[in-house]
Amino acid sequence: MTTTTSTTSTVPVLSVRGLEKTFNIGGLLSRKRVRALGGVDLDIAPGEIVALVGESGSGKSTLARCLARLEQPSGGTFELEGRDILRAEPRGASRSYRSAVQMIFQDPFGSLNPVHRIGHFLERPLRLHGAVTRAGLEDAKRRLMSKVDLSPELLERYPHELSGGQRQRIAIARALAVNPRLILADEPTSMLDVSVRIGVLNLMRNLCQEQGISMLYITHDLASARYLADRIVVMFAGEFVEMGESLQLIAHPAHPYTRLLISAVPDPTRIGSFDPLERARMRHSVVSPTTCEWAGQTSTACSATTPVFHTLSELPEHRVRCGLYAPPSDAPGTAIHLTNSEQETVAV
Amino acid sequence: MRTELLGINDLSVEYKTGTGTVRAVDGVSFSIAEGEVFGLAGESGCGKSTIANAILRLLKDPAVITGGSIRFRDVDVLTLSAAELREFRWRQIAMVFQSAMNSLNPVMTIGDQIADIYTTHEGMRKRAALRKAGDLIELVGIPGDRLRSYPHQLSGGMRQRVVIAMATALQPPLLIMDEPTTALDVVVQQEIMSQIKDLQREFGFAILFITHDMSLMIELSDRMGIMYAGRFVEMGPSKDIFEQPRHHYTQALMNAFPPLTGPRTTLRGLGEGTRFTHIPELEQVAPNHFVAPTKDSDIKQTVMK
Repeated sequence: MTTTTSTTSTVPVLSVRGLEKTFNIGGLLSRKRVRALGGVDLDIAPGEIVALVGESGSGKSTLARCLARLEQPSGGTFELEGRDILRAEPRGASRSYRSAVQMIFQDPFGSLNPVHRIGHFLERPLRLHGAVTRAGLEDAKRRLMSKVDLSPELLERYPHELSGGQRQRIAIARALAVNPRLILADEPTSMLDVSVRIGVLNLMRNLCQEQGISMLYITHDLASARYLADRIVVMFAGEFVEMGESLQLIAHPAHPYTRLLISAVPDPTRIGSFDPLERARMRHSVVSPTTCEWAGQTSTACSATTPVFHTLSELPEHRVRCGLYAPPSDAPGTAIHLTNSEQETVAV
Repeated sequence: MRTELLGINDLSVEYKTGTGTVRAVDGVSFSIAEGEVFGLAGESGCGKSTIANAILRLLKDPAVITGGSIRFRDVDVLTLSAAELREFRWRQIAMVFQSAMNSLNPVMTIGDQIADIYTTHEGMRKRAALRKAGDLIELVGIPGDRLRSYPHQLSGGMRQRVVIAMATALQPPLLIMDEPTTALDVVVQQEIMSQIKDLQREFGFAILFITHDMSLMIELSDRMGIMYAGRFVEMGPSKDIFEQPRHHYTQALMNAFPPLTGPRTTLRGLGEGTRFTHIPELEQVAPNHFVAPTKDSDIKQTVMK
């Protein structure tokens, strides 16, 4: 097991083991493959918010799409409240699974059908999943609207009459309509205007706290991950590289890739800009590592071929992938483009 | 003080529609010096992009420039004829648009698209233009052999770099960048920002940089203006504004992004509650630092629905 949760006594809502996804790329007969997800393990406790951070193409969304059953994983298992989902429902998700696991997408402009009124989007899940009687429908819709701090008058409007922030709140209300146990939120604020982002983040946190819903929050915005999530998991090239309590992880990043990500966040207090060569060197040390800074310090033995995790002794929740392990070359994001002179400098 | 490159005086832009008129830019004045990086910040709908489009005379109906002047060196931009505008755009002021990655033509190779600039604007032969195109994309860290690639074969970050390189192709003295990194992840954003800085150091062009990300803006720009509902609420050197934001709205905008350090406290969003009903003319509060003296009576608390 490579993850622990802060509440080890309770049964996790979601428990992922060795989940893999490989995509064939190129034509129909092409044998070229790209390993988008390379066997990841993750537990999410009830009411916990876990942020998954990493650059584009690191496999964050692939993981969420596998969990939402929008992609069929190539290997591994995951359990929802102790039930092995891939074994129980091999062909596709059941309705009960869909009501337990809901997804919120990045683009609130694309996720609401423009020809329907807002009320329709809430009515459909309420009726399909049989959560309410026909008579209680109006009441249920109004309750949902007040949960996401919107006026019930908006139920009669069309999506184009709403702002991006309001639309994303509708998407959240729609997810809540079926009483989910877990919400997969794939960059829910990255397309929203700065003026409404914090409001949506606050809403999501309050909902998780009040109703005990768990959330997997996917983002490349480290600051919002730190703001919202209890725990952060850093992903690179389809694998986890570091995980830990949010504030700890951002304050004391251990893995070079985490440091690279944090260094890329604009920070006006930093004097001068970050040296691009230093950045290239960090990336190089992730892709082609030579040493492990934690070798011998922890009980876990180093390995260059399997991704083992060292627990940093002073911070038991904080785990970091062994520095000696190099991701396989068919994983995305491992190609680094350097000019010859840069490569020489990096090699030194 | 450096010489003035762009001077905007009392500019107003209105959107005239059947149901009424919206004043998107309301009597705005500012200037950009040669080689200076000036930032425009504010939430969506505050008029940032409308100003950018007005400078290049790209506004189309129902948007109308209803007042003020735009001077670029000795040129009165608002009086240029269509033929003069064609000469003026790109050579004098080039623009990198929001979601610029999608502005590349999907059925032409990168090389042909860049070479087009040189053959059209400088009358170069195709072969020489392609050679220059190769130099240009190497400048932004893309290998020259990618000239034969189509846009879909490049990553989002690479496409964005191509677009930025294209904007600098004719070495214009002013570059307008409208949210150049909004759709990109942090690592790529950082790479592109450092590349923009390098290009600027090399060519010495001025930049009008538009974003809602205050941290990014403070890192890049020399001076910045914060806009609200078509008006400036604060303008001054970025470092001064960062150290001591004076206007309520500037403070709110800076708090709209959660910090990476310090304790985790609950933040309030910008749109929640506070509205400004009247924004007076800017007054100087420190050298080069101007703030609109907003009174408490100009602030209206509303319940957000």
